[in-house]
Amino acid sequence: MIPASFDYVAPTTVDEALAALAEHGDDAKVLAGGQSLLPILRMRLNAPGVVVDLGRIPDLQGVCDDGDHIVIGAMTTYAAVLADDLVSTHASLLSKAVATVADPQIRHRGTLGGALVHADPAGDVGAPVLALGAELVVAGPGGQTRTVTADDFFEDLFTTAVGEGELLTQIRIPKHTGWGAHYEKFVRVSHQWSIVAVAATVRSEGGTIAEARVGLTNMGSTPLRAVSVENALVGQPATDEAIRAAVASVADGTNPPSDLNGDSDYRRHLATVLTRRAVLAAAGA
Amino acid sequence: MTTQMFGAPIRRKEDPRLVTGGGRYLDDLGNDALAAAFVRSPHAHARVVDIDASGAVDVEGVVAIYTHEDLPGAVGEPLPLLIPHPTLTHGRTGYALAKDEVNHVGEPVVMVVATDRYVAEDACQRIRVTYEQLPVVVGIEKARDGEALVHDDVPGNVAAHMTQEVGDVEAAMARAPHHLTLDLDIERSACTPMEGKGVYARWDAERDELRMYSSTQTSTGVRAAVAAKLGLPLQKVECIAPDVGGGFGVKIMHPWPEEVLVPWAARLIGQPVKWVEDRREHFISSAHERGQLQRVTVGFDDDGRVLALDVKFWHDNGAYTPYGIIVPIITSTQLLGPYKPGAYRCEFWSLYTNTVLVTPYRGAGRPQGCFAMERTMDSIADTLGLDRAEVRARNFILPEEMPYDHGLLFQDGRPLKYDSGDFPASLAKLKALVGWDDFAAYRAAAEAEGRKVGLGIGCYVEGTGVGPYEGGHIQIETSGRVNVSTGLTSQGQGHETVFAQIVAEELGVRLEDVHVTTGDTRRMPYAVGTFASRAAVMSGNAIALAARNVRAKALRIAADALEVSPDDLEIVDGTVRVKGAPTTSISLGTVSVLSNPLRYAFDEAARAATQFAGTFDPDKPPVADDDEPGLEGKDFYSPTQATFANGMHAAIVETDPVTAEIRILRYCVIHDCGTMINPMIVEGQVHGGVAQGVGGALYERMAYDESGQLLNASFMDFLMPYASEVPTVEADHLETPSPLNPLGIKGAGEAGCIPVSAVIASAIEDAEGFPITRMPISPSELWDLRRRHAGGEVPSLHRALHRALHRAPHRAPHPGLGRPTSPATPATTPRDGSTTTAAVTKETPA
Ligand SMILES: Cc1cc2nc3c(=O)[nH]c(=O)nc-3n(C[C@H](O)[C@H](O)[C@H](O)COP(=O)(O)OP(=O)(O)OC[C@H]3O[C@@H](n4cnc5c(N)ncnc54)[C@H](O)[C@@H]3O)c2cc1C
Repeated sequence: MIPASFDYVAPTTVDEALAALAEHGDDAKVLAGGQSLLPILRMRLNAPGVVVDLGRIPDLQGVCDDGDHIVIGAMTTYAAVLADDLVSTHASLLSKAVATVADPQIRHRGTLGGALVHADPAGDVGAPVLALGAELVVAGPGGQTRTVTADDFFEDLFTTAVGEGELLTQIRIPKHTGWGAHYEKFVRVSHQWSIVAVAATVRSEGGTIAEARVGLTNMGSTPLRAVSVENALVGQPATDEAIRAAVASVADGTNPPSDLNGDSDYRRHLATVLTRRAVLAAAGA
Repeated sequence: MTTQMFGAPIRRKEDPRLVTGGGRYLDDLGNDALAAAFVRSPHAHARVVDIDASGAVDVEGVVAIYTHEDLPGAVGEPLPLLIPHPTLTHGRTGYALAKDEVNHVGEPVVMVVATDRYVAEDACQRIRVTYEQLPVVVGIEKARDGEALVHDDVPGNVAAHMTQEVGDVEAAMARAPHHLTLDLDIERSACTPMEGKGVYARWDAERDELRMYSSTQTSTGVRAAVAAKLGLPLQKVECIAPDVGGGFGVKIMHPWPEEVLVPWAARLIGQPVKWVEDRREHFISSAHERGQLQRVTVGFDDDGRVLALDVKFWHDNGAYTPYGIIVPIITSTQLLGPYKPGAYRCEFWSLYTNTVLVTPYRGAGRPQGCFAMERTMDSIADTLGLDRAEVRARNFILPEEMPYDHGLLFQDGRPLKYDSGDFPASLAKLKALVGWDDFAAYRAAAEAEGRKVGLGIGCYVEGTGVGPYEGGHIQIETSGRVNVSTGLTSQGQGHETVFAQIVAEELGVRLEDVHVTTGDTRRMPYAVGTFASRAAVMSGNAIALAARNVRAKALRIAADALEVSPDDLEIVDGTVRVKGAPTTSISLGTVSVLSNPLRYAFDEAARAATQFAGTFDPDKPPVADDDEPGLEGKDFYSPTQATFANGMHAAIVETDPVTAEIRILRYCVIHDCGTMINPMIVEGQVHGGVAQGVGGALYERMAYDESGQLLNASFMDFLMPYASEVPTVEADHLETPSPLNPLGIKGAGEAGCIPVSAVIASAIEDAEGFPITRMPISPSELWDLRRRHAGGEVPSLHRALHRALHRAPHRAPHPGLGRPTSPATPATTPRDGSTTTAAVTKETPA
């Protein structure tokens, strides 16, 4: 369990990083927090010739306010996201999800950008980013950037819209100020990846749900957005009964995996239960 | 006065060192050594057609590459079968490096030695092995049907087929008014110590000597095996177990291929070589355990007394049987627990599969046996509508029936004869501790809140302290320092503390003056090893006997010096003094000086022992004919049989009506390991054992797919409980001394984990109202069982039907009941490992 040998470069700007990627093509691999990449290298599931460490690029770190969005640098660690007031004020769903990721050691190394590009369907940040309607800024060769909506970002198991030679640089999240939020994660032991989890954020008006966003973790090969449930919730009173009815079909059409932690029927069942819990909690009911 | 040492809850002497990073584990040694790495089989069953190492030879830093063809003489012969048995008719062992055929994923095929592990692994990746795949046997059912064979020359995959019978089972069964048959299934798990295995060897060419270190539970065993394999005189091989980061059984197996190959290569190359196992290697090339299918048929009377017990089980022994059939033998004998089975027959088949080999893991066959017996007890109670504890009590062996001979042969080939135990007293304590008789009220209150709870119980007897022997050596230096040595090894059990307590008590010295060495063949070449909960019993008694010898000698010398009778002397805090006249005294250090007549004196203390000091009898030699110089003593302890500890556990679990999450609310233990040397250490052992048991009951399994790939060979996928999943263990003790040894002690190391799967199954079943026959169990599986139960596929327990009938009129929550109260409430707030909260358990199903 030792990686094959590789060269290591540590650029200090995004442009340098892109240049390094351009130079080495598919022989290069980007290193963020290393919490997923290093296990992969150690098991020799991948053996890049060059590792490009983004850890010394100040531009990729931190959270800032951009009018009706907050902007999170791809290299912002989970711990920094968790500690950030902008995030907890305007995207509390993300804070709540990040709080459930692994343990403090991993949260101090792992990054939001790394987790999103890694795109493990059991990862906890895809669903809230999707539910919050985030936009992802991708920088390509030569430094041009493009913006991808979260809906288009997750393509498949471990596959995103970030192509070879590209970098995810920013996560732009529309402000959801004043929205209630809850991330309901189901695990068997603490510090486990989600068996199923549900991210819900809700804007209520006088006991009625005015808007709702719901994302599902590990219910398919990518994080899923439960749009029909979101629609069904609008206008409902924030009561157990009404929410139960509105979320009942959340698992319809999903194709969750069967594995050691649960078969797919069980996951569908969990999704319904957890969605109800998440929405109830987000609605403050 | 010296404070009492034996029996006191003294803090562990080794902990400050171990918890502040002062331990020296295998990988802390040998920083100048070459590194070894292995190419291991990616296939579960295949013929090795060709090995092409040409791509690896010129990797810079590669020193040597070995395949089976390179192994000379005994090194290339099959590894030893350590424990033959007449019924092990088809014992098979592997080779240090595979010869022609591989029988499980992870089997070593090529060894690479290089300047460091990075280079060694790079080289491994460039070695091309061509395999011809063979049919794979995974799982007991497939092994049993015998269509595909693991070893061509082992028909039906049967390594051993053994039957033991006492009484006439057929006749007793025919006479019994009631019968039940249970089909049970218990999964594989593994020891997974924090530190994997590791070997480091240095060859001293000038002296033709090998020194090796191994992260082992038996340094004497490894030493003998390596000397034999390498054709070296035993005197030319030293083996040392440094600090070992956990063993739990996997390191009693020996010699592992690496334990032979690393010293062999170190000698051949003439440089030190080291290999440290990584986690993936540990999963796929060390050993697993558990893994049985069982069929129990029982005949019993109207009172629930067992008249005939007929057990058949199929044991998965993995690809090879180097450790013999110890595990199934233990299952077949120890499943009887504290009960009289009437007529008893146990028949087992030990079967080969193309999986990692199976050798003892803490509990060693007992958790499986306990599961079989305790599930049976619960079924009898349910069938007859009797209380589960009462049925157990009716079948107990009573204190006045001790010693109780079952008429069977135990793992040591000696009679299965219980030495002592007071099972009714243990059960009474357990019932009081868990609030057994109040549980109906507790359940009713919980049900009124929409919660599902269940109470489970499990009892076991554990043969501990099996022979053949251990030794103890004690030497008192002129400074008063007491050196204690025993040959078996330590993996964190607290031996430095308990052995020091025994010596402090026996000799009358201060605990801090006692220094214990274990597992060093230079200090104690005769030893067996640390397994089977035997260290305290075997080495503890040997050390006590050695201490008594030293004490006698000290008193004799001091009596001479003080001109009194030895009978008038006592030893307190390292000083020998006259009883009632404590100022007339001599320190043990000075006694040590006097014990060793000298020609040269180096310091003040030694002056008293030189030839011109003191008075002496000119007609006697300085060392008497029947004496030896030095204040030291040695003794061995070798019992006629094992000593049998016992315990009873009870747990209250809650199962979420919606998600089927399983939470242990309370876990209660009554434990009897005879006289306790240190209750704090015993409790620590019990806690650790329960934690491992919880792992086995709820989380751990070895998920092999059909092709023999272990799908969860990492801690990301192999779930183990964290502190957050392990319940607070409420433990109480009974001390029924063993009549078999001078200290009255029994072993405690494995106890905690033995009944946990049985107890948790019992509690889940009680909560759910349908039988649990397979462990471990996950929420997903429980949820599926619920579906099948609702669909009529899984029957209800009799008592669940009965409860449902009688509950109907009282369904509405009783206003006065509220939340259940003591004694059935958790002693502490249950720790909730999941992020879903307890409040959700109040929901009705979605
Ligand atoms: C023990 C353990 C437990 C864990 N538990 C959880 C859990 O409960 N929930 C959870 O969600 N996750 C969990 N994780 C995963 C953790 O969240 C990882 O940190 C995350 O998946 C990857 O983030 P990283 O910054 O470490 O990325 P890295 O591992 O460095 O990179 C991941 C991948 O993304 C690529 N990449 C990284 N950054 C960029 C970028 N800016 N642009 C383009 N490509 C990029 C890398 O090349 C690599 O392919 C766990 C990890 C461990 C080790």
